[in-house]
Amino acid sequence: MNTVILRTVAPFLTSLMIIFSIFVLLRGHNEPGGGFIGGLIAASSVAIYGIANGVAPVRRALYFHPIVIAAAGVLLATLSGVMSLFGNVPFLTGLWWFPETTGIPITLSTPLFFDIGVWLTVVGAISAIALALEEKEYD
Amino acid sequence: MATGPADKALVAQSMLNEAPALSDWLVVTPVIIPFVFAAIIVMQRQRVDRHGPIAIAGFVLLVLCNIGLVNAVRSDGVIVMAMSNWIPPFGISFTVDIVSALFALVASVIGLLTAIFADGDLDMRSRRYGFFAFLLLLVAGVSGAFLTGDVFNLYVWFEVLLIASFGLIVYGGGREQLDGAVRYAILNLLATTFFLIATGLLYGMTGTLNFADIARKVPELTAGAPTAAVASLFILAFAMKAAAFPLNFWLPASYHTPPAVVGALFAGLLTKVGVYALFRITSLVFPTPPAIIDTVVMAVAVATMVIGVLGALAQNDIRRVMGFLVVSGIGSMLLGIALGTTEALMGAIIYAVHSMIVMTALYLAVDLIQKATARFRLTELGGLYAVAPLLSTLFLVLAFAVSGLPPFSGLWPKIVLLRASLAVDAHWAAFAILLTGILTSITMGRVWALTFWRPRSEGAPEIDTAMLQDRRLMAPLIALVALTVGIGLFPAPLFELAGLGAAGLTDPSEYIRAVFDLAAHVGVAEQ
Repeated sequence: MNTVILRTVAPFLTSLMIIFSIFVLLRGHNEPGGGFIGGLIAASSVAIYGIANGVAPVRRALYFHPIVIAAAGVLLATLSGVMSLFGNVPFLTGLWWFPETTGIPITLSTPLFFDIGVWLTVVGAISAIALALEEKEYD
Repeated sequence: MATGPADKALVAQSMLNEAPALSDWLVVTPVIIPFVFAAIIVMQRQRVDRHGPIAIAGFVLLVLCNIGLVNAVRSDGVIVMAMSNWIPPFGISFTVDIVSALFALVASVIGLLTAIFADGDLDMRSRRYGFFAFLLLLVAGVSGAFLTGDVFNLYVWFEVLLIASFGLIVYGGGREQLDGAVRYAILNLLATTFFLIATGLLYGMTGTLNFADIARKVPELTAGAPTAAVASLFILAFAMKAAAFPLNFWLPASYHTPPAVVGALFAGLLTKVGVYALFRITSLVFPTPPAIIDTVVMAVAVATMVIGVLGALAQNDIRRVMGFLVVSGIGSMLLGIALGTTEALMGAIIYAVHSMIVMTALYLAVDLIQKATARFRLTELGGLYAVAPLLSTLFLVLAFAVSGLPPFSGLWPKIVLLRASLAVDAHWAAFAILLTGILTSITMGRVWALTFWRPRSEGAPEIDTAMLQDRRLMAPLIALVALTVGIGLFPAPLFELAGLGAAGLTDPSEYIRAVFDLAAHVGVAEQ
């Protein structure tokens, strides 16, 4: 699908989708959303960019190989569970911090890091599949 | 997140307030360590040369943690850790008794030795596709299945190990291999589906998934509950996984197709996960199944033992001989489960440990034979004794061990099982054990005579012993044989552990109490 319209729109669409996916990820703990669905949105944006401009620019833009991103996600999710060792509570128990900067409370927690790990894993795994399929089609 | 006072009260009712002891963390380390190291390996995907050493380091750590776990369970009894601090039975609690800890330890030792072997064996190209990451994930799945105290979580760990095993079994991607992989995948997916259906029905009957809670609720079920149907579904699912007759044909048809080190790992670990699940289900969920089920399991066990070894005797492909011997061993463990006495279960536990070690070793030895001679048909092999005396001796020890001859590890479980079956007047079971032993001796004698003793036939290619000088290939095999000899000569520690484990299976009150003792500490943790 090498049309001028798609090629023109793709960068904007991709950036919008990635921003939206991060929004969905962060809103996920108490409301609909989360790492899995956010990761799917981000992976779709990667796939769209790949369809519009070819796979090579996407791989350059991602810098890391998608599978490496997925592995980093697994590592982050596992380690966020291990953090509870330092809170003296069982594995995977959520720990919460509420640091305040310039009057705005920010909620940080180990479930958030777990969710980011899920996000990275989904982004990495689905992008790896999507890019491999697109490469087959165009090269 | 708790904000209002009402939320706080809710949290106080649903979470535990006791901080876990540091040693309780040993319960989850067998799952955490493989995941972390597998992730590190994948992140180093360009540095293929580092994969092996990282995996071996991870396994060494894992073995040390599991030794600690076995010690902790032996001295303190059943250890429970409630994931995320949710009060049992609502959260998932890892519940570890002696059987769990012992199996996890042996599994990690097998993982370590196969990792060392694979590091010497595999070429860089096949490492690139993440062999060591899959290996670690497989061990994570196996350990999780051994340690969890929740039936649905057990299902999830089965899936983890299945996914990892799919990755390993298609390694190399040859035509024969994909054929074996498809059989393996379809049978295992079917078994997993039965498992899932049975879990759903069990949840419908008891309203809980926690093993300890199920064990409390099952005796209170009304007479109309479909206990027998659910029990049969579970047994069917796990018997398929364990490759029991008549559902055993996928195993000899698929285990020899991937690289031998994968076959060794599968033969050592995967069927035993099915056996372990049967231990748990028969101990906690259906301690008194209808008599017909006991009879069926007994018949299946005897048939698996005898038909497995007859299959081995009939094979010409040395790798398939080993596949049928794995099946035959499963029959002995099932027999222990079917007899159901403490002594019989003890025999089954010892047999499982012995089988994990010996079957892995046999697959590795067969791989070395194949590497040296480039042959795997008994009719074409021969003359190895003259050029590879060490390998011949190791193989002979393994042949004795798998046949149950003294002074190696195979002797003890057979004696215990024999005594257990005579104690309950199951004479034909005792006869089957002896018959299987004799037939296994004949099978292994035939393999040894044809492969090692017989002079090399005219026109056969030169035997290349260069591979047999490689320490990374020989050391794991020697270590496994040393374990067999060690267990054979000094069986007391294993007997003690297996005895405690079997007692815990026949009387699971400590297992149940440990979970609900934890549940008594309700309240918000002081952070």
